[in-house]
Amino acid sequence: MAIRRGRGVAAINYPTGMNLGGDPTQALVHSTPTGNFMVTLSSVDLGQGMKQIMAQICAETIGVPSDRVVVDTADTDTGPHCMGTFASRGTHRAGNAVIQAAREARQVMLEVAAEELEVNASDLETDGQGNILVKGAPQKSISIFDVALSAHFKRGRSISGRGMFLIPRSYPEKETGAMKPSTCYAHACTVAEVEVDDETGEVTVLTVKNIFEIGRALNPKMVEQQLIGGSWMGISHALYETTEPYYPNRDHGGTDFNQYLMPGPGDLAQTEIIVLERPSADGPYGAKGPGEMCANPQIPAVANAVFDAVGVRIDTLPITPERILRALKAQAPN
Amino acid sequence: MELRKSYFADQRKDDLHEIGQPRPRSDSPGHVTGKTAYFADRNFPGMLHLKMVRSPHHHARIRSIDTSEAEKHPGVVKVLTAKDVPHNVYTILILIQIGPEDETVLADGKVRWKGEAVVAVLAETERAAQEAAARVKVDYEVLPAVFDMEEALKPGAPIVNEYHGRNYYLYDSGECRKVRFGDVEAGFAGADHVLEQTYQSSPIEHAPTETTGCIVAPEGNDRFTCYTNTQAMFFTLDNASIILQMPGNKLHFVGGTVGGGFGGKVDVIVEPIAILGAKLTGRPVSFIYSREEEMQISSPRAAEKVVIKDGVMKDGRIVARKVTGYTDAGAYSRHSPYGAQKGAGHYPGPYTIPNVWIDTYCVYTNRTPSSAMRGFGVTIGDFALEVQMDKLARLIGMDPLEFRFINAYRDGDMKAHRQPTEGAALIECMQEASRTANWPVAEKFMAMSSYAKGA
Repeated sequence: MAIRRGRGVAAINYPTGMNLGGDPTQALVHSTPTGNFMVTLSSVDLGQGMKQIMAQICAETIGVPSDRVVVDTADTDTGPHCMGTFASRGTHRAGNAVIQAAREARQVMLEVAAEELEVNASDLETDGQGNILVKGAPQKSISIFDVALSAHFKRGRSISGRGMFLIPRSYPEKETGAMKPSTCYAHACTVAEVEVDDETGEVTVLTVKNIFEIGRALNPKMVEQQLIGGSWMGISHALYETTEPYYPNRDHGGTDFNQYLMPGPGDLAQTEIIVLERPSADGPYGAKGPGEMCANPQIPAVANAVFDAVGVRIDTLPITPERILRALKAQAPN
Repeated sequence: MELRKSYFADQRKDDLHEIGQPRPRSDSPGHVTGKTAYFADRNFPGMLHLKMVRSPHHHARIRSIDTSEAEKHPGVVKVLTAKDVPHNVYTILILIQIGPEDETVLADGKVRWKGEAVVAVLAETERAAQEAAARVKVDYEVLPAVFDMEEALKPGAPIVNEYHGRNYYLYDSGECRKVRFGDVEAGFAGADHVLEQTYQSSPIEHAPTETTGCIVAPEGNDRFTCYTNTQAMFFTLDNASIILQMPGNKLHFVGGTVGGGFGGKVDVIVEPIAILGAKLTGRPVSFIYSREEEMQISSPRAAEKVVIKDGVMKDGRIVARKVTGYTDAGAYSRHSPYGAQKGAGHYPGPYTIPNVWIDTYCVYTNRTPSSAMRGFGVTIGDFALEVQMDKLARLIGMDPLEFRFINAYRDGDMKAHRQPTEGAALIECMQEASRTANWPVAEKFMAMSSYAKGA
């Protein structure tokens, strides 16, 4: 009887957005009198940080710092339609809608600035710090603060924009299944290292090294929090979770966090995250949706590592000590 | 976390101001100091609490329901049964034309899973609602139940859901969603090895910090404001409008700040009945799942079964792959027909295989209805696919990582569902995994590219 080590690998891809498309999201953007910008949505922030990402996307497009953008989510009286936050679609769909709305608002803003500066709007650019400059002559400039005041009080313009993003729905062909499930895919490869106690069947995940390709990390810190949380969830799915631990007997399912088995802080592996960026053709600044993808590759990587360690295949999730011991027993020569 | 900018450098311009910056989250201070307002932080004068009477049986006919004792219980204001719900039989995906309507808001004549909502009790306090719920008398005739997808698909199995009339979802393509590409049988016939394996999973709970719920307040103008933690505001509003036969302009949903979803808050379960309660009593109504309800009543991730049969050559090429996927929807559709369909679009995984056959089934049993969860239709499929890949590599005596390089999809490769591959990046992820995990592979694999011609 011994503690045995093994490692396993898994590589996956994951579609961004609602399967087969047909899932609209709309956005509205407008400026306040002093050149702050409001983004109005009915999209839902589930804790992943959607508001912050939408602020950065709007700010990038308009040409102001992110803290000058306020995002209002989820009031059906004010926010335009969003299909919802699911299917790794929030950033991709709402982000594209915000870009379109912000571009329209930016165009009005540049037109007002052009009138103030007595130049053509096409000759203007933003510096990302809240100023509008004449290309090639940056000494000739006006602040977005002043442009907004002018638009509101002098020129009677609304610096605002409407945005929407919709991938037309694909209908699978009945006989062949020809279809377009998604327009872009995130990718991952995970290597997991485990120790298996062949006396107790207990698995300890030592390290998980995740490589994620996500299009573009719009906010690297927020990407990190989502990817690490997903990686932990993958381990949890691999080794612990079920609502019916004694299935086909359906009694004794967990009813609270004491009974429903999930890993505690001590059960989590040393986790490494590396991010690659291949911008997607239709993503907001190239972003894909990594929200679901990041919890998937750990499950087979751990399963393959368990096999590498003790030579038994557990093809039913979760990979419990009981299943490992039964498999070891079945494999042992009598 | 590290960003490896050396990959795809020619595919990307790094000239942005706000994008790519690790700005602190504007909502974090509120979250960590307890100042962020969630739906349940609202407390209205005169608010009622809703509790459900639930089926103790997996499958049973309801002979009678007697609510008289419950109605007399101190603090009880209203008791609702199926007849009070204007459009009681519904299905949420009807909004995207995926029917038939197959589920009841409150059970009518039958229950099809243990935990199904039968009677709703509205009372001044949670305790009074709970006590009154225990006084509702339901006379059941227990029926045979089926918990296993294989059993459910056998001829003569008890019919779980009469609205379907069979224990599987009927797609326009028939009993399953199908993908057919090349000639899979010819592929198997020409393969050096054929390996068929079966993979299974169990239902999984979303385990959000904040349980599912809503608070509904009647407004003075004949409208109802629903404070909710749904993941999909208009999807929930529009479904509530159908169930309540109430014009959408009477409904105002407020939400958008949620303590974790993971797919568990897209089923439209709590809002319609709470709005109905507010309408019929004229008082605010709170309906919030207990942790027990969250874990055992709200939809889990489906139990799945995946059978994969592969034909592989000694040189590492997979020449044929047949996948049969089964999604256990439990007693009702909810989002499961979509999940099984999504699986069909995902197989055979990120590999280029010339001959592919895919069937995915959405099966009804008397288990708790399953629905969306993070990785819906894909997570368990990826477990099956990637364990299978490991087995195939070992079968032909090849390194598991090198085996994946040989089969990895690249830009321009035709997928089984007849879309050319675009934006592939699997090879580069595996190259970086080889470096980071010190898992060496042959130099020719490290020189490959998902997109560069000739590499």
